[in-house]
Amino acid sequence: MLQVRIHGRGGQGVVTAAELLSVAAFLEGKHAQAFPSFGSERTGAPVVSFCRIDDKEIRLREPILGPDALIVQDPTLFKAIDVFQGLKPDGYLLVNTNKGLGQLHLLDVAARLPNGHACAVPASELASKHIGRPVPNAALLGAFAALTGIVHFHSVATAIRQQFPGKIGEANIVAATAAYEAIASQSAAA
Amino acid sequence: MLKQIEGSRATAEAIALCRPEVICAYPITPQTHIVEGLGELVRTAELANCEFINVESEFAALSVAIGASAAGARAYTATSSQGLLFMAEAVYNASGLGLPIVMTLGNRAIGAPINIWNDHSDAMSMRDAGWMQLFAETNQEAVDLHIQAFRLAEELSMPVMVCVDGFILTHAVERIDIPDQADVDPFVPPYEPVQVLDPQDPISIGAMVGPDAFTEVRFLQHYKQNLALRLLPEFSAEFKARFGRESGGLLRTYRTDDAELLVIAMGSVNGTIKDTIDEMRADGVRIGLVTLVSFRPFPTQALRDVLVGAKHAVVIEKSFAIGMGGQLANNVDLALRNTAGAPQVHSIIAGLGGRPITRQSLHNVFRRALVQPWEGAHFLDLNESIVAKELHHVRKVRRSGPTAENILRRLNESAQVVAAE
Repeated sequence: MLQVRIHGRGGQGVVTAAELLSVAAFLEGKHAQAFPSFGSERTGAPVVSFCRIDDKEIRLREPILGPDALIVQDPTLFKAIDVFQGLKPDGYLLVNTNKGLGQLHLLDVAARLPNGHACAVPASELASKHIGRPVPNAALLGAFAALTGIVHFHSVATAIRQQFPGKIGEANIVAATAAYEAIASQSAAA
Repeated sequence: MLKQIEGSRATAEAIALCRPEVICAYPITPQTHIVEGLGELVRTAELANCEFINVESEFAALSVAIGASAAGARAYTATSSQGLLFMAEAVYNASGLGLPIVMTLGNRAIGAPINIWNDHSDAMSMRDAGWMQLFAETNQEAVDLHIQAFRLAEELSMPVMVCVDGFILTHAVERIDIPDQADVDPFVPPYEPVQVLDPQDPISIGAMVGPDAFTEVRFLQHYKQNLALRLLPEFSAEFKARFGRESGGLLRTYRTDDAELLVIAMGSVNGTIKDTIDEMRADGVRIGLVTLVSFRPFPTQALRDVLVGAKHAVVIEKSFAIGMGGQLANNVDLALRNTAGAPQVHSIIAGLGGRPITRQSLHNVFRRALVQPWEGAHFLDLNESIVAKELHHVRKVRRSGPTAENILRRLNESAQVVAAE
């Protein structure tokens, strides 16, 4: 079973991101379970969502305590909460930022993970450019597909298109594609 | 059809497949997405011939459902927590009048202190109100139980409450098989009321009943619930034959063969318990699970048959009667009364107000039941140090202040100490 935890703030589509990821996994014939952290979801407040992916039925209902991958939608969260809690030693870290991991003081964390498992992507910037609003979730999922291979990019795009038919969905897919390519080219260079 | 959707949406689609004719909707977290989904299905006419009524309160929601049901319509509503309390009088009326209303309860804690998260206090508050109460383990079972609930309610002319864990199930997006209308229609045939308010053939429903007849009316309610003990397994078998899935019935067992310790639980926590049991079985612990689906009627005989022979029965439940203990544990105790070979019963109170129930905590407490069994209720993951500080404070200071606020302040203080370290 693969477990993904998504951290962000209310209004960034954190819950939707987990849902889209679960739909992408579902489209690949897998079992997936997405759920929010069940807080009062106020705009700007820290929000957590979870997604489990497996080849068999998922029975576990506890919050994700030991994630295989972390998606951090807002880099200011590192100061507010212990985002890395339980992250597996061979896990993945994906951060939405237009700065480098070094500027966010994340090189230590990245060094503890296998080479190439920690990545920064300017998802909000890409979203502003392609969608017209800095909602980073779709772009992050595109980057996530490139970074981890847990789901295929095509499934992510299909999930976005299914949940958001029309112009908004297509714009999100453009942002996701740009993020996917940014990460894929980084990995190719490395 | 397999879909990756939110539990609430799936539940709404399942209810629509049962062709309700009146839906009374009033929002309350975490149930709201269900009636929103139904509202959309009515608006788009995917659910036809259905009156969707936005009422002004939960009391009105169930009262309108009672009126609709008495007039011969298949009636549905949903609520949670304080909403159920607000409709309490109507809850008793629906069952006392013998009206086959189906209600979803998105299980949530009851305040004060106000808490929107999941536990089973709301269901337990109405456990003796004459409704049948079925608990869903998964969102798939929530779908399946609603379909069986309409059939059961109308067969007996008794209301059914389908309990679905708030947030944990209602807000989880997962793979759910939504049945075909063509399969649901024969399973839930058109509603044929046993009593109906019809201007062409007037009767009265809800007469004043004195000491000469009240006991008999109550006895017959009890008699009908006992009939459900036979009907629930029958409907579950028929459901399986038609839809190919195990769901409903009175209870289910998991790895109970040769078990010396049997866990008993209701609702979504059963999944986490199964994963825990698999891990403990791999370590050689003889542990199994009894998942209770029907809490009312209480399957006394079926439970006794499963439990006798085990050394320990650990009841884990998300509610408790203050001053007494866990309601489910008490009911299990009753089921074993005067029974030879009955296991010792150990009670665990867990998941109150949405506290996560983790595999780690379950491991620890199940092991403890084997080596160091306890009497009375054990509160899983209780923060004993905070409790001790508050008790000390209360003893020292007369105007000790509001308990909830005191506990919150202490929690913040200890979090800051941890951060400073």
